[in-house]
Amino acid sequence: MFKILHAEFIAPGIKRFVIQTPRIARKQKPGQFVILRVYEEGERIPITIEKSDPGKGTINIVVQSIGKTTHLLNSLETGESIRDVVGPLGKPSEIERFGTVVVMGGGVGTAMAYPTAAALKRADNRVIAIVGARTKELVILEREMSEVSDELLITTDDGTYAEKGFVTDKLRQVIERGTQIDLVLAIGPIPMMRAVADLTRSHKIRTVVSLNPIMIDGTGMCGGCRVLIDGKSEFACVDGPEFDAHRINFDVLVQRNAMYRAAEQKSFEDFQRERESLLAKVHAEQEAECALQGDGR
Amino acid sequence: MNPTKSLNPVPIKERMKVPRQPMPEQAAVLRAANFKEVNLGYSEELARREAQRCLECAKPVCINDCPVGVKVKEFVQLIVAGDFMAAAAKIREDNVLPAITGRVCPQEDHCEGGCLMGKKVQPLGIGYLERFVADYEQQHMDRSTIRKAQPSGKRVAIVGSGPSGLTAAGDLVQKGHEVHVFEALHELGGVLVYGIPEFRLPKQIIREQIDYMRAMGVHFETNVVIGKTVTVNELMEEEGFDAVFIGTGAGLPVFMGIPGEHLNGVYSANEFLTRINLMHAYEFPNFDEPMLDFRGKNVAVIGGGNTALDAIRSALRLGAGKAYVLYRRSEAEMPARKEEVKHAKEEGIEFRVLTNPIEFLSDGKGWLSGVRCMRMELGEPDASGRRRPVPIEGSEFEIPLSVAVIAIGTSANPLIQSTTPGLATNKRNYIEADAVTQRTSRKGVFAGGDIVTGSATVILAMGAGRRAAKSIHEYLTAGSW
Repeated sequence: MFKILHAEFIAPGIKRFVIQTPRIARKQKPGQFVILRVYEEGERIPITIEKSDPGKGTINIVVQSIGKTTHLLNSLETGESIRDVVGPLGKPSEIERFGTVVVMGGGVGTAMAYPTAAALKRADNRVIAIVGARTKELVILEREMSEVSDELLITTDDGTYAEKGFVTDKLRQVIERGTQIDLVLAIGPIPMMRAVADLTRSHKIRTVVSLNPIMIDGTGMCGGCRVLIDGKSEFACVDGPEFDAHRINFDVLVQRNAMYRAAEQKSFEDFQRERESLLAKVHAEQEAECALQGDGR
Repeated sequence: MNPTKSLNPVPIKERMKVPRQPMPEQAAVLRAANFKEVNLGYSEELARREAQRCLECAKPVCINDCPVGVKVKEFVQLIVAGDFMAAAAKIREDNVLPAITGRVCPQEDHCEGGCLMGKKVQPLGIGYLERFVADYEQQHMDRSTIRKAQPSGKRVAIVGSGPSGLTAAGDLVQKGHEVHVFEALHELGGVLVYGIPEFRLPKQIIREQIDYMRAMGVHFETNVVIGKTVTVNELMEEEGFDAVFIGTGAGLPVFMGIPGEHLNGVYSANEFLTRINLMHAYEFPNFDEPMLDFRGKNVAVIGGGNTALDAIRSALRLGAGKAYVLYRRSEAEMPARKEEVKHAKEEGIEFRVLTNPIEFLSDGKGWLSGVRCMRMELGEPDASGRRRPVPIEGSEFEIPLSVAVIAIGTSANPLIQSTTPGLATNKRNYIEADAVTQRTSRKGVFAGGDIVTGSATVILAMGAGRRAAKSIHEYLTAGSW
């Protein structure tokens, strides 16, 4: 059991958790993720670490409610626990002095792009951050991103905040105004990362994206997270999660992510119907586990 | 009681005439539709009758053929005498996981393969007897009576809670060492939990064996990936461990490198079995891990080992219409346990041997629709000593399929090798360890099981765990490397 020291919604449906995981906190590097399981009957899901505090022994994760597991997770409050948290997994982001780097976050992807943006800034890069969201209240980490970038550009799909449009529109503007870009890092929904890759390919700008395919163990053992890179299988959990966007077969990524759509839909409908009883079960499990740990196990 | 004096009421000459007592099992038609254990276990009566068949050889071969050296004749004599708890204790002197080996060991390659009776009639049912004794012990023992050894003051870290790690842990804790087992997954047992299905090895059995080890004083910590969460160096330099045993298993799934492997519906056996066993996908929606709808679908596994059979028999239980084993050699070369092949056939699995897939076919929408294969014939023996399968020109044919599971083996997971400076590996990236002492190139670090040998069996991994424990104890006692 891993204690949630603090949990709060930072936008509608987007919650930040501060979790006590001393071992992971000591080791985490930008770009790495954890796999967690909320309760005994739960599935394992990968979530990128927003940041860690080795001194306090904590990590932060930011979670958007999408399906059953993320909704259930986002129902947990300060003081409760998460059954299993393992990590830090995956290769850290490549951090060096590239020159000018554009870091792009789409939706909750901004929280995952943030630690790498911060590290790139510390490595003396000129960081241009582009943050996009569907609408005003879903723009997250604006202050944090502004602190680690030389320039922060924001877009909303519906124009309710900053400039109306997509993050790719902003990237195009940056390219067209003549800024020499040495690297683009884009993290967000697959269509966004794909659009970024298409744009930068024609301009021959090196582009890295972070993939989040279906994963189970996260240590290379199952091969479920395999992605097609230049026509060859690589595992997102150990070879990634970051890959050269121009070498990724996005069609296969989209197709494999849709593999369990029917079951995921059913799970989510069941969850909406039985939410209260499931939460009661999760709470009972937390208490039983605490009692066991109290027994010195 | 003196176990060497025979209490067997059946005269020696009569014993070969008593048939091997059959294992009671769920009827094939029933079990093909559930995940409950196939074998139901001997009754006391059956166990005694089977035990009485033992010829009590003056120089028993069965013990030599056991990788952990279980004293077969002695424990069988104790069954004949009716002292089942003493029989259990006798097995435990050499094997800390008897309920597991009694179920999954390929006895025909070890104890039963050596049994003298097997030359004329069926060998003694040593595996069945071991299982009986272990289950009897589980039902009748009082864990509070388990004695803990005098503390040695030494601490040992075991990396991986699979068969080699658990065996090493069990042996070391009995020598008084403080033993901590680190497991990457959320549940303990390694391949026993994620790899072997419920119908062959119920999870409850593994839990009981691990609880027994907890009672012996072994500490367990889940959700720790050595090489990521903590490194081997940190275990020794910062966490104060005097020795480390690496028993992480083989690791990465091997794919075939043929077109179409990325299609939806194509699985590695590791993923397929992990979903079902570790994540309980067969109990969806009571468990959240999803699985495709197998009902009425054609499913094939590629490979001929125990993993392949575990996968295809699981698919059958999920409702597959047709379930095939595609194997490129002939049945004689299949590495699977004989009992599993028999069980699979009874359940209606179709074996297509001398068949090698060359392409997975797409339905045009990203899903698997079939597999194109070639027929093979056996040529000259290869490096493994088995006759090499050779493709027959122009023999291509297709099988319509919705799901294919690739079970052709695994390769070394580099996680620990790449984060442990000075740890020597061979050219296939398995860890180099001495065959007797299990010592690696790093002082205080030992390794055994699949991460050293490549994919093998539970009992061979346990044998390595046992050798490592002996050698670690010697190292900790003598202090010299």
